[in-house]
Amino acid sequence: MSRLTQWVYGWLLLLPAMALLALFTHYPALANLWHSFQSTPKGGQPAVFVGLENYQQLVDDPIFWQALSNNLWYAIGTIPVSMALALLMAVWVNDRIPGRGILRLAFFTPTILPMIAVANIWLFFYTPEYGLLEQFTGAFGLPSHNWLGSKSTALGALMVVTVWKEAGFFMIFYLAALQSMSPHLGDAAAIEGASRWYFFRRVTWPLLMPTTLFVLVNAVINAFRLVDHIVVMTRGGPDNATELLLFYIYEIGFRFWDSAYAAALTMVLLGILGIVALAQFFFLERKVHYQ
Amino acid sequence: MWHRSIRNRLVSLLAAAILCVPALAQAQTQTEVSFYYPVAVGGPITKIIDGLAADFERENPGIKLKPIYSGSYQDSITKALTAVKSGEPPVTSILLSTDMFTLIDEDAIQPFDDLIKSPEDKAWLKSFYPAFMENSQTGGKTWGIPFQRSTIVLYYNKEMFKEAGLDPNRPPATWKEMTEYAQKLTKRDASGKVTQWGVQIPSSGFPYWLFQALAIQNGGILMNAAGTQTFYDKPEVIGALQYWVDLVKKYKVHPEGIVEWGTTPKDFFEKKVAMVWTTTGNLTNFKTNARMDFGVAMLPAGKQRGSPTGGGNFYLFKKSTPAQRDAAFKFIKWVTTPQRAAQWGIDTGYVAVRADAWATPVMKQYVEGFPPAAVARDQLPYAKAELSTHDNQRVTKALNDGLQAALTGTKTPEQAMKDAQAQSERILRTYRR
Amino acid sequence: MSATLNVYEPRGVGRVLETAGAWVLGVLWILPLLYAFWTAFHSPEFSTRLSLTAPLTLANFVTAWHAAPFARYFLNTVLLVSMVLAAQLVLTTLAAYALARFEFPGRNVLFALVLVQLMVMPDVLIVENYRTMAALGLKDTIAGIGLPYMASAFGIFLLRQTFKGVPRELDEAARVEGCTPLQVLWKVYVPLARPTYLAYALVSVSYHWNNFLWPLIITNSVEARPVTVGLQVFSSTDQGIDWSIITAATLLTTAPLLVAFLLFQRQFVQSFMRAGIR
Repeated sequence: MSRLTQWVYGWLLLLPAMALLALFTHYPALANLWHSFQSTPKGGQPAVFVGLENYQQLVDDPIFWQALSNNLWYAIGTIPVSMALALLMAVWVNDRIPGRGILRLAFFTPTILPMIAVANIWLFFYTPEYGLLEQFTGAFGLPSHNWLGSKSTALGALMVVTVWKEAGFFMIFYLAALQSMSPHLGDAAAIEGASRWYFFRRVTWPLLMPTTLFVLVNAVINAFRLVDHIVVMTRGGPDNATELLLFYIYEIGFRFWDSAYAAALTMVLLGILGIVALAQFFFLERKVHYQ
Repeated sequence: MWHRSIRNRLVSLLAAAILCVPALAQAQTQTEVSFYYPVAVGGPITKIIDGLAADFERENPGIKLKPIYSGSYQDSITKALTAVKSGEPPVTSILLSTDMFTLIDEDAIQPFDDLIKSPEDKAWLKSFYPAFMENSQTGGKTWGIPFQRSTIVLYYNKEMFKEAGLDPNRPPATWKEMTEYAQKLTKRDASGKVTQWGVQIPSSGFPYWLFQALAIQNGGILMNAAGTQTFYDKPEVIGALQYWVDLVKKYKVHPEGIVEWGTTPKDFFEKKVAMVWTTTGNLTNFKTNARMDFGVAMLPAGKQRGSPTGGGNFYLFKKSTPAQRDAAFKFIKWVTTPQRAAQWGIDTGYVAVRADAWATPVMKQYVEGFPPAAVARDQLPYAKAELSTHDNQRVTKALNDGLQAALTGTKTPEQAMKDAQAQSERILRTYRR
Repeated sequence: MSATLNVYEPRGVGRVLETAGAWVLGVLWILPLLYAFWTAFHSPEFSTRLSLTAPLTLANFVTAWHAAPFARYFLNTVLLVSMVLAAQLVLTTLAAYALARFEFPGRNVLFALVLVQLMVMPDVLIVENYRTMAALGLKDTIAGIGLPYMASAFGIFLLRQTFKGVPRELDEAARVEGCTPLQVLWKVYVPLARPTYLAYALVSVSYHWNNFLWPLIITNSVEARPVTVGLQVFSSTDQGIDWSIITAATLLTTAPLLVAFLLFQRQFVQSFMRAGIR
């Protein structure tokens, strides 16, 4: 094929997808930046350029800092735990213990449910006085606790819900990676006299690195993207204890209709995701050279 | 042959056009009135609204009503404003009476005054309880028409009262009494775990409403009439919050943490709590589902009796055609006639919004057979306007956050209210210029 | 699935312990869902009491079905998911083909731009996308929900990888027979990428079936609302929660996916696995 034909084909084939991507990803990101420097149009008044005023408001806003801190804790709380559980589940299911088909089903089912449905079920679970968790803890003689209604446990309670939903999803990827590992590796290591733990640490784990990276990226994105459960379970309360960044953006943008401030907040979120993307990119570079 | 097929085609086209005419005519004379309505109380509200719509359409064949259930009050105002901003507003809607300033600021609604011209209409407007009109009028204009309005009432379990040695026909009349009763009514099992709470005031979602009752009872007011200033940090307001926190921490008769609004009636039915504060709009829900003898009382007095009004008004949105506007106005008048206002009150428990509704035979009969129905109405003389300001959602969020902080113990009532006031000041400052 | 015994599999006591541990976790994991089933199939009095002799009932499902237009919600969701998947399959195939097999200036830059969407999903750009949709006049439509997702960076990424793995000889052989590049795409590449397509379709369907925040913002009326938003509007907690009805409604909305998953478990899991990185 001639060079020109390649050019033409290449660009034309790519055009529809790029057009949509530009319209709904690249353009909004830039437009968002632009709008974060303007004021919110209200009633009859149009938007005016206000420079860094929205960002100043952001810095002065205790709820923003709370949301940011909540989101970081939320990420720290859910990502390692769900990944570790996923790996554990994958190892167990891979080890052909009896009933592993059912186990695999049990672990994976929460993943295909919509988060909204999951939130409803867990809201019921957490109901003080007569929710299932209460009945559980009551049977063990533990004191009653309002999990979603107290600042210290609300975010943790939501983290549990997220881990419950996500771990099964990550398990599948680990399972695939484990099953694509050659059994000869195990045989060779056993001949050398390696213990199970040693084999895992020095052979399995490094081979799982690509999967781990993929799962990690997914988990990070979800930690910032998935706020459906907040809408149903706590609406950001009590006193902003479960306010996450995207939920705050939703509140500011669509309950208070302050679109300029929402744009500034979105820039912060984009910044965080950008940093994660860069970090992933560099990790990937190192990994590529490694092989 | 060719000609015949063309002729056949023309004939069928003409026939189709003729058949369309009545449909077109009907479409043109049919005025469509869409409206959002929230549901914040238990009960078959959607069925009742659909029933009302059907009855109205039967009496007014040229008008088609389109009621759209839109979730909670907060969801509904979001949806209504979303529709306004996308250029397709509803014709009318039932939204919180306190959303009035926000709707005016967003240039979404028009006042009713232009439509209220005839003497009958003027008399109709005067017939609503003044307490409900406080959140419906500003700047000399009428922006909302009361429809599903309420006050907070105290529901109490008479059987539990008897068990605790209290007179089941003497509900607590003061804060002191409520505390004392609650202490007698709180039961603990052998391990110290509470099996029955004395009193429960919900604090999820919109705690500001229930808190306002306490504030009024303590002699405080939360905002000015123009909606440009709040008074969260006044001593009476802080004192009211202190009392609520004391019920939890000091007297230990109130559940810890945030109490969910939606499950409070069920908590009562499940005999987990002896007294609850919730809207009179839940009255029919209680009547249907409570399997014990229960009573309804006015809220106890602090320095005085009091409750905020609550609930939703009908608003008229801009950008509707004159035909739609008139149709909507017709519906609003139709649904607030004494007879229908009374029936709505009976079916739900909301306070029938006009005095003459209470004088109708069906309501009189109902009250005779079920006296609790009149409690909310009797409380009206003590009722005050609900918290309503410009940028209402944001300003009430500041208060809600502060209340939740105090109730979960992370801030003292004083600190919580001071912070809330600071936030609210920042938001309302621009509206005072 | 490996047929040979992994030499490091636990035996004896280790095996028992591991089985026990796995089972405890499995039971804990399925418990909330089982509880939801319990509540949905029993009348409200038994929603909090777990007595085994309680009678089963379908009344909750009937009430839930009639309480909100779930039929319409399902229709909307099915339309949405199909529309998005169809568009995604076409667009990502074309784009991946271009990126995998054609040399043209700016190819790497464009690929990098595509990858941006992996991180910056339409979900986080809700404020701006809402504005764009308003300008396009697509607010409160099913197309409005789906449009931002139709060019899927994940899909392009996966397919590009798959296409790159197709041996060039097949490509050249088809070309020798006189096929145009598009025919080569259709006859050679697409059939070979079938597992990837299946995996991707499953991911896409479950993602868009379960998507909530963006549809919540962009839709306002019953005609466009998908089932997730419908469920949330229905179970809005202000009206006094009746858990039996809400769990019934919840199960209703998840039933199609759940049933499909139970029937096609194997394929589901296998395709997710194959979709994983190599």
